[in-house]
Amino acid sequence: MGKLSRAAWLYIGTVVAVAAFVVAHSPPTGISWSQLGVLAVLLLACESVPTSIMPRRITWSPGYAATLASVVLLGPAGAAIVGVVCAFTLRRGPTIPQRVFNGAMYALSAHAAGQVFLALGGTVGVPAGDSFPVIIGPFAAAAAAHIAANYGLLAGVLWLTRGPDRRQRGLHGIVDLRLPLPDFGYAFFGLLIAAIWSVVGPFAAILVLIPLFVARWAIAQFADQQRAYEATLRVLCQAVETKDYYTRGHSERVSKGSVMIASAIGMRPERVEAIRYAGMLHDVGKLGVPTKVLQKTGKLTEEEYAAIQLHPMRGLEIIREIGFLDEALAGIMHHHERIDGRGYPMGLAGDEIPEFARVLAVADAFDCMTSTRSYRGARTVCEAIAELRRCSGTQFDPAFVDALVAAVEREGWQTPDVPVPPPGEEVTAAAYDHDDPVVPLRVVGSR
Amino acid sequence: MSVSQDRLATTGLRARARRRAGSGQGVLVGASGLLVVIAVAQTAMAGAVAAREAIVFTALIALGELLRLNLPGDREAAPIGTAGALAYALLIRVGQLPARHSALQVVAVTGIGMIVGVLPHLAVGRPARMTGMAARLFAVACAAFAFRPLAGNAAIVRHWWAALAVMTLLIMAAWFVDVIIAAIIRADTLRARFWVTLTDEMRVQVLLGVAVGASAMLIVFAAEAMGLVAVAVFIAPLLVTQVAFRRYAGIRATYLQTVRALARVTEIGGYVEMGHADRVSRLAVAVGRELGMAEPDLLELQYAALIHDIGQISLRDPIPGGATVLVSPEDQRRIAELGAEVIEQAKMLDSVAEIVRRQSDSYLGGGPAGASGTAEEPAAPPPLSSRIIQAVNAFDDLVGNSADPMRAAAVVERLRLDAGAEYDPSVVEALSRIIARRSILRT
Repeated sequence: MGKLSRAAWLYIGTVVAVAAFVVAHSPPTGISWSQLGVLAVLLLACESVPTSIMPRRITWSPGYAATLASVVLLGPAGAAIVGVVCAFTLRRGPTIPQRVFNGAMYALSAHAAGQVFLALGGTVGVPAGDSFPVIIGPFAAAAAAHIAANYGLLAGVLWLTRGPDRRQRGLHGIVDLRLPLPDFGYAFFGLLIAAIWSVVGPFAAILVLIPLFVARWAIAQFADQQRAYEATLRVLCQAVETKDYYTRGHSERVSKGSVMIASAIGMRPERVEAIRYAGMLHDVGKLGVPTKVLQKTGKLTEEEYAAIQLHPMRGLEIIREIGFLDEALAGIMHHHERIDGRGYPMGLAGDEIPEFARVLAVADAFDCMTSTRSYRGARTVCEAIAELRRCSGTQFDPAFVDALVAAVEREGWQTPDVPVPPPGEEVTAAAYDHDDPVVPLRVVGSR
Repeated sequence: MSVSQDRLATTGLRARARRRAGSGQGVLVGASGLLVVIAVAQTAMAGAVAAREAIVFTALIALGELLRLNLPGDREAAPIGTAGALAYALLIRVGQLPARHSALQVVAVTGIGMIVGVLPHLAVGRPARMTGMAARLFAVACAAFAFRPLAGNAAIVRHWWAALAVMTLLIMAAWFVDVIIAAIIRADTLRARFWVTLTDEMRVQVLLGVAVGASAMLIVFAAEAMGLVAVAVFIAPLLVTQVAFRRYAGIRATYLQTVRALARVTEIGGYVEMGHADRVSRLAVAVGRELGMAEPDLLELQYAALIHDIGQISLRDPIPGGATVLVSPEDQRRIAELGAEVIEQAKMLDSVAEIVRRQSDSYLGGGPAGASGTAEEPAAPPPLSSRIIQAVNAFDDLVGNSADPMRAAAVVERLRLDAGAEYDPSVVEALSRIIARRSILRT
């Protein structure tokens, strides 16, 4: 928040002023200060742990449980005071204006939740045994109000501080609209805390939150393993690329191109993720092809050509046991099939070819053409698009060619640098690329 | 969730477990079965106290047994079932009514719940895992026999903090019983040392144990504040934990599969014989266990052993026959170095890269073969895992796919002659013990 616009300052100032007014003018009568202290410490503990765990944006927001427990136990005034604690989070990230705003935002939304709770007939204080299940209605409404107010205030400040490009994408570009639902789930733990407060007092909060903290540990472990897993997949790709200097980065770019196509045709996020992996691994079977065949300068013999045609099957052999990759496997196996049925390894045609394979084929050929090869220079993006269009319907699925062209026109395409062979090494580079649609493989005896 | 979960270092656990089913595990399962039968008979004769509660908790325990959880290392836990059973053992009041059921009734309810919950597993052809169930049952029984006589005690009924303290102690004791039984079984089936398996077991189980214990107490107090209906609701925090652990176990399994895929790369590329990586990793883990390595180290060893030949993919053409033991020491080290570089690109595998890098170094460090050091500053001895891989790799290169025990014995003898110069004698000794055991099993 280095350079804030005047509007942003005005907005933050207003929010803080309103929060201060609300906290100052709500009478803290009948509030148990010891309860308030415990709940404030609890909120601070929850808010001091990093909240989102990459990758896959798993969130962790038990802070709502603390403020909503305060709503039930202390009422709106107490909840607002507890909310202020957010400003003192032990996380290093937030700057002072951010901290002040966060505290004000939490206080205001907690206060609003408290008002909703009272308006719908909830009673403040430790719930009696007979207050269930009647209390659930007002509590749910309070939780919804709390979360809505929080996101509303947050969206406002992000709207004013983020650049116009983000704003263009509407509300979705400002806040992640998938987040409020898990937040709502976490909020209900507040009711659990309030419910057993009558029996064990402050230990209620600890007992409810221990399993959640353990869960957070497990999720962090999950994230670590996920990173390791992705790194290992990347090593698999790099292993392929050690075989040919000129194909460096090919897997990553095919992966990127496939994702562009998949997003453009509106695939579900899980499938986009899967195709990202498929792109990374599509040529892994080249490891099963002898190096001297891959780097041969003359025409290929029939056997050598057969070895190349087998590479998708080889790839399958290598990775078929990896559980996460089911649909990607089909894509990898068939990424050299052609729409007209003249591809390999199975000679499938049209819709018989798995969707992933048809996407990969387009991205694969596109990257090959826009990269430099030892036997030719790189084509420009325009030339490559023209070539894709020419082969559209015979080799490639026209829908995916269109999708790639549209995506490239919108987002651009980073063509690879011309590879510089490392000095002092005798570089043997292939005289052909099996992906190249323009320069078909030359096999002894053909043509 | 796939059945073939993370098989960390426990290849063949089930097969061997079956073979030895007559020993300790049989006694354990038999004893727990007997305990349940006695408990059910006694409860039936005396009449169940508060039948409604008993039914609710039976259902909860059955649900927990149904939603079992895989933990790293081919372990299984039933967090929700355990929490439910412990809560039933520690129950003080339901609403205003004091809970008066006996410890034997707790055992009966737990046993019946577990049996009901395991039936669906059997129906879809999954193993029952009786030993794990027996260990859980004993843990719950301990807590029940200790706490049921105290449940009506004035101090515990009147002061929540006294109840909390006693419960915490008993839950810890129950956890310890569970962990000790699991460690004894593991030491027995994997031929590992008890102290090693105990610390492994404690490390894996501690956090989940904390979550389960907290949830058990939560249920006890919720039943007091809100009656029986609350029991189901208060499982929610533990459910979040369970989901998180499940995802963790899933990605771990996937990761291991990916490392195996990486291992297959060298085989499919024709650099090494088919099955080499798998055999080396299995034997290396066995040697590591024989030498008393702990589970996290064994896991690294397993990864490193699987991909120890990855450096060969940087070679233009495969070594004839793929046996690295037959090429010159310089080439061996170059391959190891290339492999370590490949692994380092995978960032997370730093320690594994080091193991692979040092796999061809002399076990003493320094010396003529220790290329990673200089004349002035001899290299430190390579990690134990590297020494294990070095010996086991040489063994497998020379024996290959052969199942002939004579040949294996001859190769061990050859390695023993080289031990001291090239191979770590303690590793070779451990290897020879394992090979000797194997040939006894075969004949």
